[in-house]
Amino acid sequence: MKFKVNNKEVFASTGGRPFDKKKPLIIFIHGSGLSHITWVLQTRYFAFHGYSILAIDLPGHGYSEGPALESIEEQGKWISDVIDSVEMKEASLVGHSQGCLIVLECASQFPEKVKSIGLMGGAGAIPMNPELLDLAEKGNPKAVDLMMDWAHGPAGHFGGHPVPGLHHMNLGGSIVVNGSVKNALGVDFRACDNYKNGFEAAKKIKCPAINILGDRDRMCPVKAGKKLADNIENSEVEIIENCGHMILLEEAGKSLEILKKFIRKNHPV
Amino acid sequence: MDPKTYKFDTLSLHAGYMPSKNAGSRQVPIYQTTSYMFDDVDHAAALFNLERGGHIYSRISNPTVQVLEERVAALEGGTAALATASGMSAIFLTIMTLCNAGDHVVVSSQLYGGTVNLFRLTLPKFGIKATFVKPRDTEGFKKAIQENTKCIYGELVGNPGNELMNLPEISNIAHEAGIPVIIDSTYQTPYLFKPLEHGADFVVHSLTKWMAGHGSSMAGILVEGGKFDFLKTDKFPTMTEPYEGYHGLSFAEEFGPVAFTMKARAEGMRDMGPCLSPQNAWNVLQGIETLSVRMEKHCSNALKMVEYLSNHESVAWVSHASLKDNPDYELAKKLLPKGTGSMIAFGIKGGKEAGAAFIDNVKLASHLANVGDTRTLVIHPASATHSQMDEATLKLANMSHDMIRLSVGIEDIEDIINDFEDGFRAAQKPRLVSNK
Repeated sequence: MKFKVNNKEVFASTGGRPFDKKKPLIIFIHGSGLSHITWVLQTRYFAFHGYSILAIDLPGHGYSEGPALESIEEQGKWISDVIDSVEMKEASLVGHSQGCLIVLECASQFPEKVKSIGLMGGAGAIPMNPELLDLAEKGNPKAVDLMMDWAHGPAGHFGGHPVPGLHHMNLGGSIVVNGSVKNALGVDFRACDNYKNGFEAAKKIKCPAINILGDRDRMCPVKAGKKLADNIENSEVEIIENCGHMILLEEAGKSLEILKKFIRKNHPV
Repeated sequence: MDPKTYKFDTLSLHAGYMPSKNAGSRQVPIYQTTSYMFDDVDHAAALFNLERGGHIYSRISNPTVQVLEERVAALEGGTAALATASGMSAIFLTIMTLCNAGDHVVVSSQLYGGTVNLFRLTLPKFGIKATFVKPRDTEGFKKAIQENTKCIYGELVGNPGNELMNLPEISNIAHEAGIPVIIDSTYQTPYLFKPLEHGADFVVHSLTKWMAGHGSSMAGILVEGGKFDFLKTDKFPTMTEPYEGYHGLSFAEEFGPVAFTMKARAEGMRDMGPCLSPQNAWNVLQGIETLSVRMEKHCSNALKMVEYLSNHESVAWVSHASLKDNPDYELAKKLLPKGTGSMIAFGIKGGKEAGAAFIDNVKLASHLANVGDTRTLVIHPASATHSQMDEATLKLANMSHDMIRLSVGIEDIEDIINDFEDGFRAAQKPRLVSNK
């Protein structure tokens, strides 16, 4: 669906069901340069099981009006604005990669609006490789190839997508390339690299949290994910074997099962 | 700093399959089953509602077929693929997913005869009409686009005349009109040419041909490029509007760069069911493992045959884009740097009668209705593969009655040439008699 946030048009997938203010809200927040498409194997389930879903396209991504927001702090505030714009009081937030940093910022800045948080591949900081950052800021598509290489574990490199016929890395790459390498991915990478408040934000979070990690994740290693979880008071960690950073797609079924259990317990219908 | 992603030959052998998820089996297992156990009622409901991935019934998907789909998607650079029972069913599935009754398509006039008849005779029964344009007439494609046109369809190198479409320019024309381009890339395989890198939005193959190579199994595939944005136009309501068959799902909104494949599978395989058997998928996978080495030999043999035929006194003309006097020579050099393929069309002196004598007297070359076998194949299209086309359609396809279609195999080149010598010798006899 399309709606306005701060007078700019925003697109969000509602998981195939109409948005309903009477149902508990879950907001899904994608990673760098990506879009709502990455969440399709989680959102449809919740949408058909009693929740209202907004898998948002961040500003300047997917079908949302730009420009992309330049800091994680702004993006965290923007998620709060999304909750206000759809006239809801609270939401559970689920993020992937950069989306996890945004979740941390929103949950720490607006604790009254956040019921629970689910992180996939979440770290307290995402310092960028300087060469990768430079390529993305220059709009060089090689940045996308490098990102897809590092982001995917064995299943991504060889195959075995949970949805028959889909190709992990080509699908992921096309989402980024169909947007803007320079104005979306480049801005996102810079925002991640600049963000230093992750652990301080984590310490302020009191709501239930879960960090779902892949043991073959090269972008957010298990060690970094556990360190973040240690800084959140009410947090748990789940580790999926043979899985890279694209947990939400590489192990869509397992990550959905973990998320289902967590959300049903902490934000029941 | 470069990505360490696998390259073409490695992907030909490994893409789409992980032994660790299949009991350690190094070879891809053949899942000879119709259906798959559900964990519980919730799991079944989620699969049927596209809430999660997985297999339900082998008409829709199968784990062995899935390996083939991911492998071809990897080789073509596609976001997704959907394997079918044959190349023709891949074409039919693609058009039926894209078009409704009342729609129109612009089609290259030089296509496999079965494809011509699909567009000329069968699709009009469903209210889908086609305008045929000669493959070299780039401007003609633009002029043929109507308000209700939904795609441009063609073969990069047309069957059987070997004329090239200027795909990059034709793709620009299509995209300016807000419609996708579908390319049948059977002749090239991704070893020689990747249409998605040159503007095409979808690729179809008859995997029966060079991809498999062995001539033992029928198979086809649709590959999605992931760049055509259905939401940027109002031309494709079946992709963008809520679909009743899945509780109001908008395929384009939910699935983006794989929306077309998802719809083709969810709707097309469900309702039409042109599924590929796991045994045939496995057979094709065996062929793909050696695609590069076979294509190199096909192409080197083809160049030697072009040279031989071009200098032969019994040959009136030769069509192959490797020839410097061929109108497509420069375009082929640009689009097909690894080789212009192993299909050769040539005219035999003495016309249809000599052609028949030639075909009846070659012994090594097989006379049959296929191309892309590892063995050398010959046929007289006007009396076989394209015989159901009328004179006007044959003319539009630039087909003459003296044309012989040659699919060059990977035998020793001397043996192929010796065989052709026998054929040409026999072909002279009736002509000499008639000349008397």
